[in-house]
Amino acid sequence: MHELPVTQSILNIVVRHAEQAGAARITDIRLVIGQLSSIVDDSVQFYWDMIAAGTIAEGARLHFQRVPAQMQCQACGAAFALAASADFACPQCGSSDVRVTGGEEFYVESIDVETA
Amino acid sequence: MTRIPVVENIMSANDQIAAENRARLDAAGVYALNVMASPGAGKTALIEETVKRLAGRLRLGVIEGDLATSLDAERTEAAGAVSVQINTGGNCHLEGWMVRDALARLPLADLDLVIVENVGNLVCPSGWALGTHRRVLVASVPEGDDKPYKYPTMYHGVDTLVINKIDLLPYVTFDMERFRRGVETLNPGLTTFALSCRTGDGLDAWVTWLAEQVAVYRAERAEAAR
Repeated sequence: MHELPVTQSILNIVVRHAEQAGAARITDIRLVIGQLSSIVDDSVQFYWDMIAAGTIAEGARLHFQRVPAQMQCQACGAAFALAASADFACPQCGSSDVRVTGGEEFYVESIDVETA
Repeated sequence: MTRIPVVENIMSANDQIAAENRARLDAAGVYALNVMASPGAGKTALIEETVKRLAGRLRLGVIEGDLATSLDAERTEAAGAVSVQINTGGNCHLEGWMVRDALARLPLADLDLVIVENVGNLVCPSGWALGTHRRVLVASVPEGDDKPYKYPTMYHGVDTLVINKIDLLPYVTFDMERFRRGVETLNPGLTTFALSCRTGDGLDAWVTWLAEQVAVYRAERAEAAR
């Protein structure tokens, strides 16, 4: 499982940004996670509750914005989600000439903090 | 309540170490591969056969990521490469800092090529940059032709694909056309080698190509240094 080092990395990032802003407490964290980034939300939440304890991020709520892996058909131009098709074939025209166009996002978008 | 925009990649700390690893390799003029695969696909066999064929021409180093044993490092050492072992202690993938520590144990000034063998796993290793110049995925025929469809992240994120165990094609159900179609969707134009480490079929093309990559890299480094 690699959710533990990933969760630690999220904690390091948010604490650094919060301290730079002179914040006293982090209340909310927004994460943008593409489908092609293999991370289980529940696992991150589980580790979060353990490793954030005692830091200014203790008790902060994690918000996961999931971005589906987008596919685009090169034959007819249809856009569709990766999971929606058998063997990646285009659900509209059946062509197998399709490309991945999104879903690799993996970043901390923003945090909400209390200053005092 | 104040909202602070962050927009920082979650992997930024690892990416930073990977960049340092790359700088260290480039300073020594050493080309490096990150070899990934599922357990049993033949990573060690491919590295072993590659080392045997290149040992007279290039000075080779191998970094073996293994859960607990040093069996793989012993095999690649016997084949002719300076080998160091990283025991990940149960970790499912290599991270940048592990390779940084392993590089420190290799005589980089005396090497041309370092091959990093990642932990056998088709999920986690794809998320962790190591600083190598190329990410190589070893697939194998008995795994089945559905693997690109089941592990799109891995197939999407590599630079080279080796299809091993093609000697087993007559004995197992593996639709090469279906397999390649999935790969092409995820990674258009991916450099691909079909071979068998057991029979040796196809190995020469792979080894010749790899030696060329090292030569091109060294020429570029020499040009940059002038």
